[in-house]
Amino acid sequence: MSETGKSRRWMLYAPLGLAAAAGAGFWVMLRGLQTGSYNPTGVPSALIGRTAPDFSLPPLDGADRPGLSAADLRGPLPGPVLVNFWASWCVPCVAEHPQLMRLSRDGVPVLGINYKDKTADALAFIRRRGDPFTRLGVDEPGRVAIDWGVYGVPESYLIDRQGIIRWRYAGPILAETLENELRPLLRRYA
Amino acid sequence: MGGVSGRANPSPVLLLLLVLTFPALAAVGRPEDRLADPVLESRAETIGRELRCMVCQNQSIEDSDADLARDLRRLVRERVAAGDSDAAVVDFIHDRYGDYVLLKPPFNAVTALLWAMPIIALGGGLIAIFARRRRSAAEPAPLTEAERRRLAELERDGAA
Repeated sequence: MSETGKSRRWMLYAPLGLAAAAGAGFWVMLRGLQTGSYNPTGVPSALIGRTAPDFSLPPLDGADRPGLSAADLRGPLPGPVLVNFWASWCVPCVAEHPQLMRLSRDGVPVLGINYKDKTADALAFIRRRGDPFTRLGVDEPGRVAIDWGVYGVPESYLIDRQGIIRWRYAGPILAETLENELRPLLRRYA
Repeated sequence: MGGVSGRANPSPVLLLLLVLTFPALAAVGRPEDRLADPVLESRAETIGRELRCMVCQNQSIEDSDADLARDLRRLVRERVAAGDSDAAVVDFIHDRYGDYVLLKPPFNAVTALLWAMPIIALGGGLIAIFARRRRSAAEPAPLTEAERRRLAELERDGAA
């Protein structure tokens, strides 16, 4: 009785334990979906831990901001910076915009790359909603975006003081994403 | 029939034309984006079929009509026309988009479990089968003194 009985009783509880573990995993997933830390269609960036690829983008005509090139992202930098790919035709970019404005008010340099956009539309967008960008490059053909591994706007990259890319976020940085993910990273790499 | 409309069946020529239009729908991408050299174009298509469209995620860039897929198709053709080898073109895209862009995942530390899964599943199944067989084949443990006494008691009661 003793030896086989014990192992049999253990097997009775195994499915229960398995179901509990699966439930816990599912709960973590759902919570991550809510807070924005888990994205089921997200793809890890190949650029994490590397420096920004070489590029040089012209400024947006009429925006009164300098363009953006890789030289602006090479360390040492005074602090971490956020590179943001956006477009006026991109609806999630509208939802993200207040967070970019908040970051720029807090003194975090937000470097914009305007992706496949029309000059007039891009200008109208920042005139209407505010301009959070310290620099703004124009990538009309979308070739620089490919060098960064961008697969949809908005997409953001956090670059530390040494010029190393530390974080990539595909999708709009909402208020929760800003507080739960980006702020801790900004403190860590400050 | 024929009484209602009075029209005859569609002519065979019309039917033939209709059938011929279907293959045109199968080809994604604008013809002007294709390379003039059929050898280079077929190489580019073969490469493109191995690359995932990051927007739709379950199509290759050759099959997808997404903007980014079109850009990547052009980029692949540009590299092929510039004389890059197939591996160099794939590396160029892989360098930017990571392992996920390859529809056939490479074998490395992260994907080792993925590749090994068929062997693990098969091996696990075989072990389970052998373990069951061995257990059923094993001699049952001999009865203890108390059990033998109880058995004798039952047999005696049953016989009575």
